[in-house]
Amino acid sequence: MTARTISSTTSLTASRRIAAGFALLFIGATLTFAVGLSSMAVAHNAAHDTRHAIGFPCH
Amino acid sequence: MIGRVILAVLLAGIAAGLVMGAIQHVRLTPLILEAEAFERAGDPASHSHAATPDAGTPTTGQTESDGHDHDHGEGWAPEDGWQRTLATTASAAMTGAGFAAMLAAVSLLVGLPITRQNGVMWGLCGFLAVTLAPAVGLPPELPGMAAADLFARQVWWVGTIAATAAGIYLIATQTRLWTLVLAAVLIMAPHVIGAPMAPHGEAMVPAELVARFVANSIAANAIFWCIIGLFLGLVLDRTAKDIYAT
Repeated sequence: MTARTISSTTSLTASRRIAAGFALLFIGATLTFAVGLSSMAVAHNAAHDTRHAIGFPCH
Repeated sequence: MIGRVILAVLLAGIAAGLVMGAIQHVRLTPLILEAEAFERAGDPASHSHAATPDAGTPTTGQTESDGHDHDHGEGWAPEDGWQRTLATTASAAMTGAGFAAMLAAVSLLVGLPITRQNGVMWGLCGFLAVTLAPAVGLPPELPGMAAADLFARQVWWVGTIAATAAGIYLIATQTRLWTLVLAAVLIMAPHVIGAPMAPHGEAMVPAELVARFVANSIAANAIFWCIIGLFLGLVLDRTAKDIYAT
């Protein structure tokens, strides 16, 4: 009984960790795309110097 | 749970962005402004009132008031001066948060904690994958440099990062010989394939300026990534140790 409770708790935590990992991957990729790769003029102009400094392909 | 990780991501991004913004202001943006002056002088289609570039004096203020007239010149652009510095620092912080989120995502997905002790190591691995490996094929660029098709470069850049990161993960976690060989193949493959090459003979920016920019950019990124890793480790150690319990 105890063992079963523990194992169900741990698998729940692990799957939540994976879910959080994918959510963060999405957030991080979106932020990085917006600053570094998006071709929108305003995004390009505002982040221009940072794009060059970080080494994103720009222009 | 994810809220605590996002807090760590934001703190790491802001800390790294503030330091990066300062480094950019002192060491990188002046070189970009200088390159833009060369770019304008070398491009007959650009504004005629542009200052003639003078290698000894980094141009600032008045002569640079149209600092964004190259290619996508439409739309709002920050004015040179505090607006440009602020936009650059804010975008550095956003980039820092983006990188930190992806570093934390890798840590959560593979189940390897980022801690106070190993945070800088995580950051340096990020530096290897995101800065150093792509820089071998596509060195950080200055405005006015000749370059291949933008989309092709972006694809190669993203692919190189993914392959290098996968290779580093294998080296860090596996011991069998074939996985190490696979890691070496993953890390070398993008360079065997080769980055999209720039056409020759179109550069308007002196090589000496480019060399200084590339060296300063790579060094700045090493610091940027170390701070991202260190802060992620510091904050996650305090708030989210239990995440990795399983």
